[in-house]
Amino acid sequence: MNFDPRYSGRSFTSVGTRPIRPDGVDKVTGRARYGADFNMAGQLVGRVLRSPHAHAKIRKIDTSKAEKLAGVKAVITAADLPDLTDGDAAMYDILDNCMARTKALYDGHAVAAVAAVDARTARQALKLIEVDYEVLPHVVDVDEAMKHTAPLLNDAIFTEGLEEKPVKPSNVTKRTQYGHGDIHEGFGQADFVVERSFKTEQTHQGYIEPHACVASVSSDGTADLWVCTQGHFVYRQHCAQLLGMEASKLRVTSSEIGGGFGGKTHVWAEPVALALSRKAGRPVKLVMTRDEVFRASGPTSATSIDVRIGARKDGTITAAEATLRYSCGPYAGMWAEIGAMTAFACYKLDNVRTVGYEVLVNRPKTAAYRAPSAPMAAFAVESAVDELAKEIGMDPVEFRIRNAAQEGTRSSYGPVYGPIGIGPTLEAAKNHPHMKAPLGKNQGRGMACGFWFNFGGQTCTDLNIGMDGSVSLAVGTVDVGGSRASLSLVAAEELGIDYGQVKAVVADTSSLGYNDMTDGSRGTFSSSMATISAARNAIKTLRDRAAQTWDIPIDDVVWEKGHAIAKGEKYGNLAALSLKEIAAASGKTGGPIAGHSELVADGAGVSFATHICDIEVDPETGSTRVLRYTVVQDAGKAVHPTYVEGQYQGGAAQGIGWALNEEYIYGKDGRLQNPGFLDYRIPVCSDLPMIDTQILEIPNPNHPYGVRGVGETSIVPPLAAIANAVSNAVGVRMTHIPMSPPRILAAIEAER
Amino acid sequence: MRYIRPLSIEDAAGLLAGSTGTAAILAGGSDLLVRMKGGFIEPDLIVDIKAIEGLGEIRETAEGFSIGAAVPCAVLGESKVLKKAWPGVVEAANLIGSKQVQGRCTIVGNLCNASPAADSVPALVAAGAKAVVVGPGGKRTIAVEAVPTGPGKTSLAKGEIVEAILLDKRPPRSGDAYLRFIPRTEMDIAVVSAGVNLTLDEQGRVKSARLALGAVAPTVILVEAAAEVLIGSRLDEATLERLAKVCSGACRPIDDKRGTVEFRRKVAGVLAKRAATTAYKRAGGK
Repeated sequence: MNFDPRYSGRSFTSVGTRPIRPDGVDKVTGRARYGADFNMAGQLVGRVLRSPHAHAKIRKIDTSKAEKLAGVKAVITAADLPDLTDGDAAMYDILDNCMARTKALYDGHAVAAVAAVDARTARQALKLIEVDYEVLPHVVDVDEAMKHTAPLLNDAIFTEGLEEKPVKPSNVTKRTQYGHGDIHEGFGQADFVVERSFKTEQTHQGYIEPHACVASVSSDGTADLWVCTQGHFVYRQHCAQLLGMEASKLRVTSSEIGGGFGGKTHVWAEPVALALSRKAGRPVKLVMTRDEVFRASGPTSATSIDVRIGARKDGTITAAEATLRYSCGPYAGMWAEIGAMTAFACYKLDNVRTVGYEVLVNRPKTAAYRAPSAPMAAFAVESAVDELAKEIGMDPVEFRIRNAAQEGTRSSYGPVYGPIGIGPTLEAAKNHPHMKAPLGKNQGRGMACGFWFNFGGQTCTDLNIGMDGSVSLAVGTVDVGGSRASLSLVAAEELGIDYGQVKAVVADTSSLGYNDMTDGSRGTFSSSMATISAARNAIKTLRDRAAQTWDIPIDDVVWEKGHAIAKGEKYGNLAALSLKEIAAASGKTGGPIAGHSELVADGAGVSFATHICDIEVDPETGSTRVLRYTVVQDAGKAVHPTYVEGQYQGGAAQGIGWALNEEYIYGKDGRLQNPGFLDYRIPVCSDLPMIDTQILEIPNPNHPYGVRGVGETSIVPPLAAIANAVSNAVGVRMTHIPMSPPRILAAIEAER
Repeated sequence: MRYIRPLSIEDAAGLLAGSTGTAAILAGGSDLLVRMKGGFIEPDLIVDIKAIEGLGEIRETAEGFSIGAAVPCAVLGESKVLKKAWPGVVEAANLIGSKQVQGRCTIVGNLCNASPAADSVPALVAAGAKAVVVGPGGKRTIAVEAVPTGPGKTSLAKGEIVEAILLDKRPPRSGDAYLRFIPRTEMDIAVVSAGVNLTLDEQGRVKSARLALGAVAPTVILVEAAAEVLIGSRLDEATLERLAKVCSGACRPIDDKRGTVEFRRKVAGVLAKRAATTAYKRAGGK
């Protein structure tokens, strides 16, 4: 059935209300099952041996002693995960990252794994594995890695995207460029130019739940995987490909998820657990320790960014350019490219150019982290924008309003915008009481804007109506932020029934068609579209059953407020049939009633936010305190406003941690110094003020309800907003994130 | 691994003295269990001292207070008399880890773990606290600063246990205070810390003073030059500036993941000033 995704401007009964989430009680009572909560009879404990070296050739691995230890059921190395990637370079990188093949490329890189009857035996077995390393020079800093003298991670890599084909290999895998106009001409028209260089350190998503899975490979070659993931269909595809299985033979069930933020879009331990189970012939449970999570999974890029922006006296930006260098870990990525695309996306610019360099370093493989790459680019650009406003003598909000992109603006990364929210979020921020609140001594206020693309993608949903009239909704996008509640609201809205009659579940990979993972803020956007489509398909069947019951043409039956109604004067005597009544009779009218939907959700509307924050700095210690924080963001349509607010607050909280204290600290030996929450400092509750939120609703024209993704944009402005606030508080421009107390104090002292 | 829960301090000392391999004492376990879970140690013997009579008590004596080795830090915070006499010691003990950790951890454990960043130790050193040590050779009482000798190392001989911490009775016009610097608001480890203990004369001048700094040297350091600056003063601005300078100069810090040498030097002086000011006010100074 053709589905029309266009925005209809309808009014709502369920959507926009704030009912309790269906997964809430189990989560607060401890009943909910996360990755490590699943167990199988006869299951073994899997453990991974990791390289202590940042860069080393693996000459030989001797596992014989470990294999002889009583209780050890399987030991694997890269030899047990043969290369089946068939020239797919990205998949080869995933394989090599799961288990180092010829070289260990970072401290924490997996080199072998064991499955044993208990954790103690598994730990002992790891100690018995002998790895003969040839330690190589390493590089962890993004700027150092770009130098010609830097140790090469991979001598088969020649920089792509250069005008002339390079003759020497490099740690720079790719150069990309975006923009339009003529920046030289643009800078020629400028009365004021600000030019600055910025650095941001590497951060981790910091999800509280470590990676965990149970893998069970049967002797007939079929397998089950229970795992904590943001995308079980993608995990199935990757695992099946790496292990040489047919996708349908591997059933993947996603557990509840204790945070992902992009870090659980990527397989690390799962192919290893499957390979161990295949070799041992028993189920294997593999749970990463926190140390392993930090050393071997998901950090975002460390960056080094140069920005130059010019403007006329009247406050019009005439030209803007940025050069962005992003670390990718040891494998090629497109992180700088995303940074280059997002950097100036908030503004209407005639002359703009951004250049991105993807840089290999001896750090873990970079993974997505909530609006990946955008926060660092926004930090650099929004800091320079603030400084430029100051030089011109304009209020930073007015300066941004003057240059904000609008409907019809050609974005700095190419496309022409439809209706967007940057202008309205700026106006709302300007009029917010926060902007006018008085500031005390040693306090500063900062603001910044942020952009994220949002994504739609492949989605498949089933809606089944029980004979009692209750509705079960099976979706294939993992619920990371309350989407089961939101999607139940959407199903209730379409069907015209009560929220309490709908129960949403995340179905396993054998129960639904393929779904892209929950990333790109797509979960509620795309699955709500599929849910609307599935509900409309079910409604068609419901109308059909009513038509049969009444023996009238289906075209004369309409669906209103949960009832089939015979249309027109001639059916005046027919009482409306409720969904419940039609469902009760379904066994006699044609069998179960269900609605199915599969679609590619195109047209995810871009998202903008403006943040305001107040910071107090102790000038004697460099200590900071976030006093007040306000998020203004466009949601298109907030399906469940509480969870939209939760996303706004969560992104701001993570951004505050990133801005002030979180960073990967490497020693001279290339080893990570702080692989734990004690010295990798995410904010604790008492570090944060109550984060105020304001939801704007500028409908997305490409969604029936106007919904836009909301999950990621909220982490884009905080680094810049906080840097602007700290800079205003101390009177020194802060250019290095995180602004930890030693960095702030050093900046103050240098200025004295 | 053997786990034993003896009923007397002599038995505990005997078990440790006679042990072969790695032995560990378990009170709150907030250091030991974390180290075991992290795979840093695998003790052959664990001696749990919580069942030993008297070790879980705070006793008020003619000389002052005796705090047993198994008293959780949270209990210190619940003792009104102790809090009134030694607010700096109690506030230091109640900064360790989190609320949950404070329900388990002990000041003796904090002392014997021998971390230069231990929160309660600078406050105890400033307070002039003593440790009662029981071992195969009998009982001895030593200054707390004599216990740690370097990161993770103590002067205790094999078989020796710290049974209790002794704090003196307070003369009139006395006050103490402890401050630490952490980048967060809680759940963290001191980057720099300072404990100050003062007694004033009738004119409000400092009569006696002790100042200790944490996390700026291999052990907590007692800065005697700081006491000299403070004594005789009313903590005027010039005194505080000199105090900061002396304290910054006394530091022998390192660059590490928690802070730089420059940062620690500078902030040691700042914290010394602030802790001294609080202690002065608590002693009734104006």
